[in-house]
Amino acid sequence: MIGLALKMLFGDTAKYLMLVAGLFFATFLIVQQASVFCGLMRWTTATLKNVGAPIFVVEERVEQVNETNPMRDTDVARVRSVSAVRWAMPLYSGIQRVRLEDGSFKTVQLIGIDAASLAGAPGRMVEGNLEDLRLPNTVVIDELATVRLSSNPKDPSKKIKIGDQFEINDVEARVVGICKAMRSFTGGPYIWTTYERALQYTPQSRKMLTAVIAAPVEGMSSEQAAAEIEKTTGLRAYVNEGFGSNPRDGGTPKGKKYGDFNTSTVWWYVKNTGIPISFGTTVVIGFIVGVAIACQTFYAFVLDNLKHLGALKAMGMSNFRLSLMLVVQALTVGVIGFGLGLLATSGFAMGAIENGQPPFYMPWQIPVATFLAVQLICMLAALMGIIRLGLYEPAMVFRA
Amino acid sequence: MVDVRAVEKSFGEGSGRLHVLKQVNLQARTGEITMLVGPSGCGKTTLLSAIAGTLRVESGEINVLGNSLEKMSGHALTRFRAKSIGFIFQQFNLIPTLTVAENVGVPLLIQGVSSGKALDRSREILEKVGLGPRWKERPNKLSGGEQQRVAIARALVHEPQLVICDEPTAALDAQNGEVVLELFRQVARSPERAVIIVTHDNRIFSYADRIARMDDGEIVEVKEQLHAQPPHFIHEHAL
Repeated sequence: MIGLALKMLFGDTAKYLMLVAGLFFATFLIVQQASVFCGLMRWTTATLKNVGAPIFVVEERVEQVNETNPMRDTDVARVRSVSAVRWAMPLYSGIQRVRLEDGSFKTVQLIGIDAASLAGAPGRMVEGNLEDLRLPNTVVIDELATVRLSSNPKDPSKKIKIGDQFEINDVEARVVGICKAMRSFTGGPYIWTTYERALQYTPQSRKMLTAVIAAPVEGMSSEQAAAEIEKTTGLRAYVNEGFGSNPRDGGTPKGKKYGDFNTSTVWWYVKNTGIPISFGTTVVIGFIVGVAIACQTFYAFVLDNLKHLGALKAMGMSNFRLSLMLVVQALTVGVIGFGLGLLATSGFAMGAIENGQPPFYMPWQIPVATFLAVQLICMLAALMGIIRLGLYEPAMVFRA
Repeated sequence: MVDVRAVEKSFGEGSGRLHVLKQVNLQARTGEITMLVGPSGCGKTTLLSAIAGTLRVESGEINVLGNSLEKMSGHALTRFRAKSIGFIFQQFNLIPTLTVAENVGVPLLIQGVSSGKALDRSREILEKVGLGPRWKERPNKLSGGEQQRVAIARALVHEPQLVICDEPTAALDAQNGEVVLELFRQVARSPERAVIIVTHDNRIFSYADRIARMDDGEIVEVKEQLHAQPPHFIHEHAL
């Protein structure tokens, strides 16, 4: 019966292709848009990934890493005084303007880290020596900066290299290292320097400290240490363990919902920006397109074949087996359409990864959820056909 | 074999109610071709549907091969049709995306026979109807007469005891109609099998052993025919 169902399906080439095309577009729209959304959300936490500290201590009202309230430098000492803390270092993070060789300006994400310990330094150096950051007027840049800050980004020979110089707010910066880093939400490259030098690069204000990064003492979890810091200092201490980890269901001393800074940051963007609505709308449109095309085309396919299906019914095929045939047909186009859609999305992903943009991140939940959505569309389409077929009396086949 | 007693069937409600079968009685025996004839709208097809178990009647009794159809559940009736009845439709109803042999094998697939065995059996019966070499072709490559021969092969492939034909020559010209009826006489007719044909094509009446004439929902005449000479198709110019 499965063979018969598939031959009937593949035999009607026009409708078969239409069904596959509808489900292909639905899959592509849903997976691609959801993955770009996830990629964008991931970029919002780039600073947390690039500064790999276990605990971020920030001003008590801060909810996300890209919008921090400055603190006093003395807060570093307050955090250090907590018994649960193994080490605590100052961190500067802010957007600054770089003046290039040709006089043009570019924005960068400037990170200032403790010169002695280099805590918060990039995880992977591509070129140069991280320790050289202790030399005067030096910076370490990420790979994106080598292109973005060059006088001609299209010319590989003009890429920024070790020894090149530029200015940050009229202060000289010399490149001593190139590292790998995740792109920032704003699209600007990351530049590391020492905390003291970062303050020199930045227009002065009363409070300059962005965060205190810290680590727990041995035998204590980051979560426990963060709770201890909050209790002792009154500051907000987040752990840095990745999105979705360590949620505190409103049980923190400050009444905050998320103990993890990644989770808190992502949810802040979800709740306070139009990004999810924008992407969500496209995902919903993808689903609706899939439903509309698949249901309409499959119903037309059933109507076209009603005479034959009715003949099968008269010849003794049960409603159950006929329904099963329709389900097999619908699921088959669903799997093929989904497969092709996922393949196209993979092609898009390869391009995105090669170009570094748009952001693209596809956790396994996206293809799984999309597969289920596409199969749901197919089941709806099959259900319409099954209902129509159920209304068809086998005796009708005798009425020419 | 087939025993229809006092069958009544109506369609519609209230003043629009149409009484299609009125106290119909009919018998069809094995080894015989029974033709149900009459003008359009007289209830031939409704009676055929009822005998085939595709339509429930309001009253009366239909006994087919020892089974009382009105006492059977829907599921049992479906299985009964699959096993015991062969169908030949006016418009052939061959599935265009299947090959000729695959079409013929459909009743076997319905009974759960494997596709390989069904294909072998289909090719055997296609040989009998003269379409052996064309088993791989699609139905749309065949003429109307050839398509009807495929439909006959499909109706007989699972060795049913009752064959139901609805206007088998309506879509055929005289030449093809004659070929099909002759084939029908040779292949479909057997001592263990009853054949019921609904037709208003008087060119084929001579092939019947028994002719039941219907008018306005009633059987008005049943005539038995003895074949002293082989039956023949009456061409239009001879009518």
